[in-house]
Amino acid sequence: MSTELNESSVPALNSLFRLQYEEAQESWVLLYPEGMVKLNQSAAEIMQRCDGQKTIGNIVEELEKAFETSVLVSDVTGFVNVAIEQNWLKIKVSS
Amino acid sequence: MSSEFLQHGLPSKNDDQRPGPPLWLLAEITYRCPLHCAFCFNPVDFATQEQELSTEGWLKVLREARAMGSVQCGFSGGEPLLRDDLEVLVAEASSLGFYTNLLTTGVGLTEKRALALKEAGLAHIQLSFQDSTKESNDFLSNTKTFDLKQRVAGLIKQHEWPMVLNCVIHRMNIDHIDKIIDMALDLGAEYLELANAQYYSWAVVNRDQLLPSKEQLESAERITNEYRERIGDRMKIIFVVPDYYESRPKKCMNGWGNVFLTIAPDGTALPCHTARMLPGLEFPKVDEHSLEHIWYDSEGFNRYRGTGWMKEPCKSCPEAEIDLGGCRCQAFMLANDPAAADPVCDKSPHRSVVDEAIAHAQIPDNERVVEHQLVFRDPKESRRLTQIATETEEPI
Ligand code: SF4
Ligand code: SF4
Repeated sequence: MSTELNESSVPALNSLFRLQYEEAQESWVLLYPEGMVKLNQSAAEIMQRCDGQKTIGNIVEELEKAFETSVLVSDVTGFVNVAIEQNWLKIKVSS
Repeated sequence: MSSEFLQHGLPSKNDDQRPGPPLWLLAEITYRCPLHCAFCFNPVDFATQEQELSTEGWLKVLREARAMGSVQCGFSGGEPLLRDDLEVLVAEASSLGFYTNLLTTGVGLTEKRALALKEAGLAHIQLSFQDSTKESNDFLSNTKTFDLKQRVAGLIKQHEWPMVLNCVIHRMNIDHIDKIIDMALDLGAEYLELANAQYYSWAVVNRDQLLPSKEQLESAERITNEYRERIGDRMKIIFVVPDYYESRPKKCMNGWGNVFLTIAPDGTALPCHTARMLPGLEFPKVDEHSLEHIWYDSEGFNRYRGTGWMKEPCKSCPEAEIDLGGCRCQAFMLANDPAAADPVCDKSPHRSVVDEAIAHAQIPDNERVVEHQLVFRDPKESRRLTQIATETEEPI
């Protein structure tokens, strides 16, 4: 079931979930049937870029630019793996 | 496996200062219902509260709650589809940024309304199965119910809503749990909640007939686990045991006035849908006060917040923060004191009440003296039971 993630994998938000910024909590949250997960900043930055278009490689590049720092591919794939286990993200199979 | 990136679940804010916002708004928009479930969670005296908030009234609730930081909004009842302004309310809630949930029996969900709800931005439908209703004592063999559910399940799929089924489990259907799971699989459900009846409201009236034996419960859990192994990710099954069989109470509503804000059909704001039974406590109405005042400042919401109200054995208990003393309604119903420890707790001096109910549940049906037939929820029974309660001053 779990495919190896690499730089060209394309993660997308599972359609059961909604990602939005909550003023009252000053954070990004994931909403799903009858539940909510509060994301910390790095998780939110990655999740916002998982749009079913960008590859993990693109996401790493964007994060490096946005935060003027070096980001490890393994950091991002590590998070994406957890998010897949949680069902938040799916890997888009290229057709 | 968890990463330092993540904080899971609902944040529970137990600091002594201001509580967090009501993240969960539960709008019980009507008590009217076409069904007559014997375990119905609406108050037993629902028929004496026929008044309903207007569309404008509900819109105001939605706006105020969202402005305070509510994120989840559940429309429930009764049967919420009986209000023809449901679509208007859902549309407003969605555009405010709520994640909108509809808790329905499916009765009244036509193709037209499903489409309108989709367009209104409804995010999720939880379809519930009833049985032990007048119409279908054995819903598993009742094709009418099954046809309805199949049609509604089709609509849910067609509009790409997640399919979440809920079935209340009790003594009379627990032995068919395999059939219930099979049916959910047939319908293509992604989540199945097998929630044992909890003993409030109508389920208390019918407790002897509804509480399963220990053996029934263990066998149902075993079967559920076998299914879980077999079906893997295909469908997630959630199994909730009746708390009578636990030795510690549940952290009721995730804490009184902590996360959940329920609005009853007539606009009374409640920390949980059964709290109105508690004596000596006024609950404010949304047409008289702002939600901000209701949530943060009203006596009704502050009385049992946190741990300050506790008596022994809770007061000095090392687990006080874990379960917050359990459920206030259960304490009132079983120990006649809303500030007592929930009698489910084995440290409670009233635990014997729960043990007696459990002991009774081990007696096979054919060896029992039946005190009364199953009482189905309907307005007539509601008025009759309310009358008896007023005369005897017994809690209902
Ligand atoms: S539990 Fe049954 S009778 Fe009560 S509101 Fe729900 S569907 Fe109606
Ligand atoms: S004594 Fe009270 S606080 Fe302690 S576990 Fe029991 S119910 Fe919870």
